[in-house]
Amino acid sequence: MNQRVVIDPITRIEGHLRIEVEVDEQNVIQKAWASSTLWRGIEVILKGRTPMDVGLLVQRICGVCTFSHYRCGTEAVENALGLEIPVNAKYLRSLMMSALHYHDHLVHFYHLHALDWVDVVSALSADPAKAAQVALKYTDEPIAAGEGDLRAVQKRVQGFVDKGRLGPFANAYWGNKTYRFSPEQNLIALSHYLKGLEIQRVAAEMMAIFGGKQPHPQSVVVGGMTSIRDLLSPARLQEWKAKHDIVRDFIKRAYHADIVMAADAFGAEASVLGGVNVHNFICTNEFYGADGKHLYHQGVIHDGDLSKVEDVNPDLVAEDVTHSWYSADKPQHPYEGTTIPEYTDYVERDTVYGKLPTLDNEGKYSWVKSPRYNGKPMEVGPLACLLVNFARGNQKVVDAINAFLQETGLPLEALYTTLGRTAARMIETEILADECDKIFDALVTNLGSDDTLYIKPNIDPNKEYIGHSFIEAPRGMLSHWVRIKNGVVENYQAVVPTTWNAGPKDANGNIGPYEASLLGLKLEDPKKPLEVLRIIHSFDPCMACSVHMMDYKGQSLGEFRVGPNAA
Amino acid sequence: METHAALFEQGRKRLEALRQMPPRQQESLKDKLLEHGISRRDFMKWSASVTALLALPLPFSNLVAEAAELADRVPLVWLHMAECTGCSESLTRADTPDLDTLIFDHISLEYHETLMAAAGWQAEENLEHAMENYRGNYLLAVEGAVPTKNGGTFLKVGAKGKTGLELVKEAAEGAAAIISVGTCSSFGGVQAAAPNPTGAKGVHEVIDRTVINLGGCPPSEKNIVGTLMYFVMFGRLPALDMFNRPKWAYGARVHDNCERRGHFDSGEFVEQFSDDNAKDGYCLYKVGCKGPYTYNNCPTERFNAHVSWPVLAGHGCIGCSEPNFWDDMADFEKPLGRQLLHGIDASADTVGAVIIGAAVVGIGAHAVASLFANSKED
Repeated sequence: MNQRVVIDPITRIEGHLRIEVEVDEQNVIQKAWASSTLWRGIEVILKGRTPMDVGLLVQRICGVCTFSHYRCGTEAVENALGLEIPVNAKYLRSLMMSALHYHDHLVHFYHLHALDWVDVVSALSADPAKAAQVALKYTDEPIAAGEGDLRAVQKRVQGFVDKGRLGPFANAYWGNKTYRFSPEQNLIALSHYLKGLEIQRVAAEMMAIFGGKQPHPQSVVVGGMTSIRDLLSPARLQEWKAKHDIVRDFIKRAYHADIVMAADAFGAEASVLGGVNVHNFICTNEFYGADGKHLYHQGVIHDGDLSKVEDVNPDLVAEDVTHSWYSADKPQHPYEGTTIPEYTDYVERDTVYGKLPTLDNEGKYSWVKSPRYNGKPMEVGPLACLLVNFARGNQKVVDAINAFLQETGLPLEALYTTLGRTAARMIETEILADECDKIFDALVTNLGSDDTLYIKPNIDPNKEYIGHSFIEAPRGMLSHWVRIKNGVVENYQAVVPTTWNAGPKDANGNIGPYEASLLGLKLEDPKKPLEVLRIIHSFDPCMACSVHMMDYKGQSLGEFRVGPNAA
Repeated sequence: METHAALFEQGRKRLEALRQMPPRQQESLKDKLLEHGISRRDFMKWSASVTALLALPLPFSNLVAEAAELADRVPLVWLHMAECTGCSESLTRADTPDLDTLIFDHISLEYHETLMAAAGWQAEENLEHAMENYRGNYLLAVEGAVPTKNGGTFLKVGAKGKTGLELVKEAAEGAAAIISVGTCSSFGGVQAAAPNPTGAKGVHEVIDRTVINLGGCPPSEKNIVGTLMYFVMFGRLPALDMFNRPKWAYGARVHDNCERRGHFDSGEFVEQFSDDNAKDGYCLYKVGCKGPYTYNNCPTERFNAHVSWPVLAGHGCIGCSEPNFWDDMADFEKPLGRQLLHGIDASADTVGAVIIGAAVVGIGAHAVASLFANSKED
C-alpha cells in the first residue's frame, strides 16, 4: 500500500514550503505535491501607489534575492514609460546584479544546500593530513584546505558534537547512506562552509558599496541610480574591485573545486542522477556588458532538444490557478490576469507519522500559481540558462561546459540531473566572475567622458502606460508586468522563478519541475527523507518570491473569498 | 530613573545566576575565539563597541564580555512568519571580526528554519522540545508579521498544519522574553500596508505581553545582537521608546546624526538624483528623505561592516524603522511636507518645526537662522 510522507517545514530555504509525496512499498515516490503555505498579497498593496515607489515595495517580496525584484520592478516601470536609462546606470546595475549572484549562489551552496551533501559527523573521523592531499586533487591551489586549516575546523566541529547539544545541527539525517563524501572530503567541504560565511559577507559588501546596504539596497530609482558619489570616487571603485577579487578567488579555488569533488563522489549515487523531469527550459538576457551585449542570452528549449532554440515571446506566458488557492476560469496572461484568493483547507489522512492534515491534491493546494509558456511547464534557473546558451553556441558557455565535462569525465547528459543543476549554478557564477572585470572596465572607461547616472522620468497622468521587464535572477527568469493609469499603478504582476519551478499541477494535468523532479526517487527511510530535500534544495527555493498576486480589477477586499472547508 | 550603579549591580547578579546554570556548550567562548583566530584583545574591543552601542558607560564592557561568554545559557527560538528572510540575512552580515555570528553560534539556537539542518517532522520536534524543555527560559525572536484574517490561514507551518498565529501564541506563552526582529514582526510591515489583504499584524498586537520591537527593513545586525546581549546581561528588557524600541538604538532621529546635516542647515539641497549637488553630497530632503521623522542609528552604525547606508548612496531615508512607514512615508521620492506623524513631537525642536513646515521657503529661513546661530558662536 502506498504511504504518504509530509515534509513541512522544508528548512534551509527562503520562506514556507511544504512537500508531500506518496511512496510505494519499495519506498519509491509515485506522486508528489509542492505547496507554498504563505500568502502576503504584496501586489494588491501596490495598486494606487506611485510607480516611483514600485521598486522599493516589490523588493520586499524577498530579502534573499534582494536586488532582483527591486531592479525588475523599476525596469518594468521604465519600460512602461519608454525610458532609456544612462549607460552608467546599466553598468552599475550589472555590477550589483553580479554581486547578488555571487552572494546568492555561494550562500545557497555552502549554507543552505551543503548539509544535503556533507555529513558533518563523518568529517570528525577524517585525517587532516590526508584531507589536505585530497583537496589538491580538485584544484592546484585550495583555499582553507591546508592540513592546519582542516585540523582547526575538525577541532571546532568535534567540540560541537562532544557537547551533545547540536543546536542548529540537531536531529538531522547524519549517517544516511546517500551521503557519499569520504570523511576527508566532508572535512574539506565543512571548512569551506565556514570560510564561505566570511566570503558571503564580502559579496554583500560589494553590493552595499553602490547600494547603501544589503539586504535591501536603496539606490535604484526609475530613471537610473542615485549613488553618484560612490561611482565618482576612485577609492570606492577600488574597494569594489578588491572585494570582487576576493570573491572570485573563492569561486575558483573552493566553489569550483568542491563541485568537481561532488561530481567525483556522487557520480554513482542514484538519488542525485535524476531529478530533471521537465525538459523544457527558458531563460532571458542578463548582465549588460561592454558594447551593449549581454553575457547570457534569452531562449526556450522544448523537450530537451538542444538543436533548436526559440526566442522568448512574452505573449505566450500565462498563469494557471486550477490547483492554486485562487479562483479564475482559465489561464491568464500577466497583463490580463485577475486573481482572487480562494483558500480551501487541508484534508486529514494517514501518513508515515500517523494521522495528519495533508494537502487536498484533488482540489486546491498551494499559494503558488502555475506559469506556463505556450501551455507548457518550464524549468528556470542556472541550468536552463546554461543549456539555452550552450544550445545557442554562446562561446563562453560552450567552453565552460566542455571544460567541466572534461574535468569530471561526465557526459553531457549528466547536466540533466540534480548534480547537474547544482553544478550549473557554479558554472554560471564562474563565467560571470571572469566577465565582471570587463563590465567594470567598460564602466570606468565610460566615466571618462560621461558621468550621467539618472534621467528624471515624467509621468503624464492623462496617459495610460503598460510595460514589463525580464531579468535573469539567481533562481532564473523573472518578469514583472505593470499597468499605469492616472499616474498610479493600476495593476501589477510578477512571474517569478520559483513560481515556474514550484507551481502545482495545471488544468491539463501537467506537473511542474518540483513535483516532476521527485517522481521515481527511492527513499532510504521515508521518515527521514534526505533525498527529497537534496533535490528540492537543488532548485534553490524562494517561496516568498513565488507567492504574490495582483491585477485586482476592482475587486474590493470584501470580495476575498474563502472556500467552504476553511476554518 | 535607575542609576548606572544599580544597573551594573543588577547585571552582575544576573550573570552570577546564569553562571550557576549548566552550560549547554562545553566549548567555552574563549576556545571558540581562539579557533576563529580572534584574540582576547579583539574580543574586548568588540565588547567595548557593544557597550558603546548600548549607550552604557565603559565599565559595563566587562559585563558585556561576560554576558557573551554566558550566552549559551539562554536558548533561542527564532520563528518565521509572513516575511522575506531579509532580517535573517542581515544577521549573517555581521561585522568583522566575526563575533556577532559567533555569538549566534554560541547562543543555543534551538530553532531557526533558514539555518537548521533538520527539516520537516524532525524540525518540528526540535521546536516542540525547546518549548517544553526550556519553558519560561527561552528567548523568542520572531521575524515577519502574523496574518490574522480568515483565521490566520494565510500562513501555515509544519506537518501538523498550525497557523502562524497559533504558533506565535504558543511560543510566546513559555518565552522568557520576546523580540520582534524587523518592521514586519514589530508593526506589520509591508504586508500590513494598505489595504492589508491578510490582516497582517505585529506580534505585540496578537499576544498580551510586552514585546521588544526592532524596527528596520531589515534592522542592522548590531541592533539585533545588542538587544540579545542586553537581555543576557540584565535578564530584562532595555529602556524602550513609545513604540517599544530600545532607546539605545532608536533614541535619535536619522536626521540628528546625518552626515549631510550641515548642508540641510545651510539650505543646500539635491534637486534631482545624481545631479551636481548630489556629487557634492548636499541634503536629500527635497528628493524625499524621511530622516527627520525616523528614529534609528543608521548614520552612526551604517550597514555591512560600516560600508555604507542609504543616504551615503544618494537615496533619502525611507523611514523603514517606523510603524506604517509604507503608508505614512510614501511617496518616497517626495518630501513629506506638512504632515504630522503619530507621536512625533517635532515642533519641540526648531529644525523639526521647519521641516514640518516643509516649504522650501521655510527651509531657507532656517538656513538663515542657522547662519545667525553660527555667527553668534563665532
